[in-house]
Amino acid sequence: MNSEESGNYRPLSYFQLMEVSLRELLVEKGVVTDAEVSATLEDMRTRGPETGARVVARAWVDPAFKARLLENGTRACEEFGLDVPALRLVVVENTPQVHNVIVCTLCSCYPRMLLGLPPDWYKSGNYRSRVVREPRVVLAEFGLQVADDVQLRVHDSTADMRYLVLPMRPADTAGWSEAQLAAIVARDCMIGVAVPRAPASPGLGSGLGSE
Amino acid sequence: MPQVTARPQYPTDHPSVPLRFALGERVRVRKSYPLGHIRTPYYIRGHSGVVERLCGNFAVPEELAQMRSGLPAQPLYRVRFLQREVWPDYRGRCDDVVEIEIFQHWLEPVRP
Repeated sequence: MNSEESGNYRPLSYFQLMEVSLRELLVEKGVVTDAEVSATLEDMRTRGPETGARVVARAWVDPAFKARLLENGTRACEEFGLDVPALRLVVVENTPQVHNVIVCTLCSCYPRMLLGLPPDWYKSGNYRSRVVREPRVVLAEFGLQVADDVQLRVHDSTADMRYLVLPMRPADTAGWSEAQLAAIVARDCMIGVAVPRAPASPGLGSGLGSE
Repeated sequence: MPQVTARPQYPTDHPSVPLRFALGERVRVRKSYPLGHIRTPYYIRGHSGVVERLCGNFAVPEELAQMRSGLPAQPLYRVRFLQREVWPDYRGRCDDVVEIEIFQHWLEPVRP
């Protein structure tokens, strides 16, 4: 975004200029309307990782829901009452033997309809080129050590599927409500570069995961 | 505990080519370098792996990128590859894997 506060004006970058030009051209040609663009932006603003966290929390407390989620991620989300148009979700489960991490090496495919917009690092050339090739090193840079006795699975989202990691429920969360559980599932836990942790008391803190 | 079945996960109504590979079958990614928008990453071309899941039939992305219909749709598979076979200097566990969605027209059977 261009800051227009006093003294801070900067000319548009090449890609900002291209975006404005293309959008205005599409509106001028009648391909889209300004209202449609605004509505889509507003729709994306309402979607965020809290939704995915609620799905994870439900899977933690309800084994039948978890089984349905693993079998068909989209159908389970729709049964859960979520509006996720065009999403074809594959949910991959972390276990004591397996840790999963998601990437789109080709671009930045991400389950936007479920989690909202991806973080900038997910779209970076650094992450996309390195996590598929040296995942344990990259995860360590995020502060996550994957033990030697745990298999690492990298999922490259190359085509029509979109992915969600179902993290393991931390041990010391017995008796927690779904809301309390969802609060410790940060976005990064559902991409696979972090794992949820239970803080000392339920309701305090939000676990791992950085902006 | 298998979580996937032999049926396509997300069936579509697109007119499609017949399904060629089965769950668990070993396949190789074609070593071909056509021009244009390709959703088969360079790093996996020429490598062999095992079909982990049938995803359904989807319009071909290299055709869609040229504003064509991408039909008939091609079956899409998730294929599991051993990292130590993909990267000569891979330093994780010997059973670490990378799983990638590959379209049928990019796959060949592997003779046992």
